[in-house]
Parts: sequence; structure tokens; C-alpha cells
Amino acid sequence: MELIKPDFGLVFWSLVTFAILLFVLRKFAWKPILGAVEDREEGIKSALASAENARKEMENLHADNERILQEARAERELMLKDARDMKNKIVSDAKEEAQTQANKMIAQAQSAIESEKKAAMAELKSHVAGLSLEIAEKVVRNELSNKDKQLKLVEDMLGEATLN
Amino acid sequence: MTFNTFKRVAFTLLFLSVFSFSFAKDDKSKASDKEFDAKEMIMHHVKDAYGMHIIDYDGHSYSIPLPIILYTDKGLTTFMSSEFHHDYNGEVVVEKNGQRFVNVHEKIYLLNEGEVAVAYDAEHHPTNAQRPWDFSVTRNVFMMWVSVVVLLLIFLTAAKRYKKSGDNVPKGIASFVEPLIVFVRDEIAKPMIGEHKYKRFMPYLLTVFFFIWINNIFGLIPILNGANLSGNIAFTFALAFCTFLITTFSGNKNYWKHIFWMPGVPVPMKLFLMPIEIVGMFVKPVSLMIRLFANITAGHIIILALMSLIFIFESIAVAPVSIAFSLFIGVIEIVVTAIQAYIFTVLSALYFGMATEDAH
Repeated sequence: MELIKPDFGLVFWSLVTFAILLFVLRKFAWKPILGAVEDREEGIKSALASAENARKEMENLHADNERILQEARAERELMLKDARDMKNKIVSDAKEEAQTQANKMIAQAQSAIESEKKAAMAELKSHVAGLSLEIAEKVVRNELSNKDKQLKLVEDMLGEATLN
Repeated sequence: MTFNTFKRVAFTLLFLSVFSFSFAKDDKSKASDKEFDAKEMIMHHVKDAYGMHIIDYDGHSYSIPLPIILYTDKGLTTFMSSEFHHDYNGEVVVEKNGQRFVNVHEKIYLLNEGEVAVAYDAEHHPTNAQRPWDFSVTRNVFMMWVSVVVLLLIFLTAAKRYKKSGDNVPKGIASFVEPLIVFVRDEIAKPMIGEHKYKRFMPYLLTVFFFIWINNIFGLIPILNGANLSGNIAFTFALAFCTFLITTFSGNKNYWKHIFWMPGVPVPMKLFLMPIEIVGMFVKPVSLMIRLFANITAGHIIILALMSLIFIFESIAVAPVSIAFSLFIGVIEIVVTAIQAYIFTVLSALYFGMATEDAH
């Protein structure tokens, strides 16, 4: 029976000792140790979180890069298309210009040819007229060189004039 | 690595314990030519005592004297336990301050005025003496202080490690105690009390866990002559009382409501449950007290009883059997040291959790 009767003295010392032990350990052991453990766990947690963030950022960056590349590609496409259009336009413009220029030149040439031709014709005509007169003069002179012939001609003419 | 160290320590303790129990017994039976009384020997080992008895050798007892502190009508009286000259049968009378003290089965009695020797009744209780207020540093108190010194050494060194290293990486002793501390936090405090409230109770739970554990282990070290602190009901009472106080004072409205007016049941049931819950308030810490005391004391008694077989049969042939069995029990006891510390802590945490639980 004595075994299960608590001794007052031991209860007293147990309480006192335990209270002191609790106080000292709480202040100088549990607080720093638990604090350190929690700090470390916090640190690990935040490190993991920041790693995750970095990974996400990398992904974002990757997506951005992809997007930028896409845009650049599209822009290049656009520029190429513009350039092609421009080229076509320039070529067609040049063609048109050349055409009109050529037409203009042809027209000028034609009109020049026409006027040259006219001038040539006029000259030819006057020349032909001069030649004809000369020939006529020569013929007449020839015709009237002897008396017989002159008389004959007068007779012919008179003949013809009476018939009329 | 750590586990190997633990194993080595455990086995050393075990062999020491087996060796020393048998050794101590041998001396005892030689010293007193009386018939060997197993019950008396076991009770003497299990109970508290004034003075750390180390060995009986060649008819002489050797022990470390401890201070005896008594408070009587005439004030404080102190002297060393060695003044009783190892007597605990009430034969040696120590006279101090005009008062006479005797040691009857490791209890100090103050003889009534004028008496010179102790007289007993039929049940061997002193009739002409009373017990004074006894604040003596008994061997259990002494071992408790030793355990406190060891605990402080371990944990203050560990705490210093963290401060010194700066990067919070546990090294040395800190790497050994940290898993235990984290275990108490993650496996005991958090699940029993809850993620948000456990922090308040951590210092108590950790202190109780390590205090009980180390004293359980010290109880198994035989050279300390079986200082059986955690198998002493006074010690378990003190700790259970602390748990009771903390539970009671941290109880919230919900807790008291569950005790006095159980929600969710009809009124007659409420009236029926109220006395049960009120008794339960006290039964819980009492169960803590008895569980720890009974488990540790039982372990000691079994080992001592097995060893006593050798002397009861008075035959060396029984020794191998006794040793084999007490080795087996010793191994179990080593496991029990941790298990009982764990159970006490878990149940304390559970009670705190019940006291602080929110209404659901």
C-alpha cells in the first residue's frame, strides 16, 4: 500500500524541478530549436516556391519568345509581301511609262514622217512642174524650129477649130 | 549511424542492468544472514530511499549520503542521511535540535517528546512517532536533478549549435535531438491539438516527453541502484497534476459546455452525462498517473523477481534462466521507456486538444 501513497516531499520537489526545467528549456532550448526548425522549413518552402515561380517565369519567357518569334515571322512575311507588291507596282508602272513614252515617240515620228512626206511631195510637185515647163518649152521650141512644121500646126489647129 | 549508437548504448545498459541486479542481490543476502526475503528486497529497490546505496561489501554498506530536510514545529532541521548508518529499521535514533528521528523503512519519523525508542503496533506501524514535513533530497530527488542536468546539457548544447551555425543546419547533438523534437511536434502535438493551437503547448509536451523518457532510462541503469523516479507515484502525480492544470485552465467555452451540458442530446441524457463528464475530468489525469507509475514499477518488479529466483532456489543453476528472462524483459523495458514517455505526452496533448477544440 505504501507504494501508491505519494510522498509529499517528492511531489514538492518534482513540481519545483519540473517548473524550473520547463522554464529554462522553454526559454533556452525549445524556442531556439523550434525557431530554427521552423525557419529552415520556411526557407525550404519559400525556396521551393521561388523555384516553382522561376520555372513558371521560364515558361512564360519561353511562350513570350515563341510569340515574339511568331510576330517577327509574320512581320517578315508582311514585309516580303509589301516588297513584292512594290516591285510589281514599280515594274508595271515602268512598263506603263515606257509604253506611253513609246507611243508618244511613235506618234511624233509618224507626224514627222507625214510632214516630211508632205514637204517632199510639195518639192516634188514644184520640181515636176518646172521639169514639165522645161520639157514643154523644149518641145515647142523644137516644133517651131522650121517653117513647114509651123504652118502645119497652124493648119491642124485651124482644122480642129473649124470642126468645133 | 545514430541508430547504431543507440543500439550500442541500449545493449550496454542492458548488460549492466542484468549484471548489477544480480550482483547487488548477492551482496545483500551475504550481508544479512537472515532468510532471503524477495518481497522486501524488491520493495526496497522500487521505493524511494534516503541516501544512494551503492554496494554492500564485506559486511559494510557503501552509499552516497544525501541531505535530509525536515520541517517540524521547531523549524527546519537538516542533517545527512549517513547519520542513520544505513539503518532503516528504526534502531538508530538521531538527535537534532532536541528532537529524535528514526528511519523506519525509509520513512523518517519524529519521536514524540520524551521517547527514546520507536514502538510498533501489530501492523508494524510506529505508535509513538509522527511524520514531519519531509523535504529530504532522497535518491529519487537526487536522480531527478541528475536527469535535469543531463537534459540541460543535451538541449542547451543543441540549442547553442543552431545559434552558432547560423544557417540552421543541425550538427552534432542537434542532429540527434532534432528528429525527436520534430517527432513530438509532427506526430504528437499537431495531430492531437491541431495545426493552429499546438504551438502554445509545445514547451510543455517536449519537456514532459524528455523528462519522463530520461528518467525511465535512468531507472534502468542499475549502478544508480534502481532509482525508480518515474515508477514513483509522487513523480507521476506531479506530472499528471501539471497536465490537469493546463487542461483545466486552457479549457474553452466549448470544452466546459461538453462537460456540464452536452450539446446534441436530450435533456435527461444531459443530466445523466454531466456527472460522468465531471468525473472524467479527474479520471483522465489519474489514469496518466497510474499508467506511467504502474508500467515502470511493474518492469522493475519483474526483473528483480526474476533475479530473486536464484536466491529463492539457492541454486546457481537457476541463474541462466533468470538472466535469460530478465534480459528479455530488459529489452522490452528499454522499448517501454520510450513508449510510456510517448503515451504520456500523446494523452496530455489529446486532453489539451479536447480542451481547446472549437465548436463544430
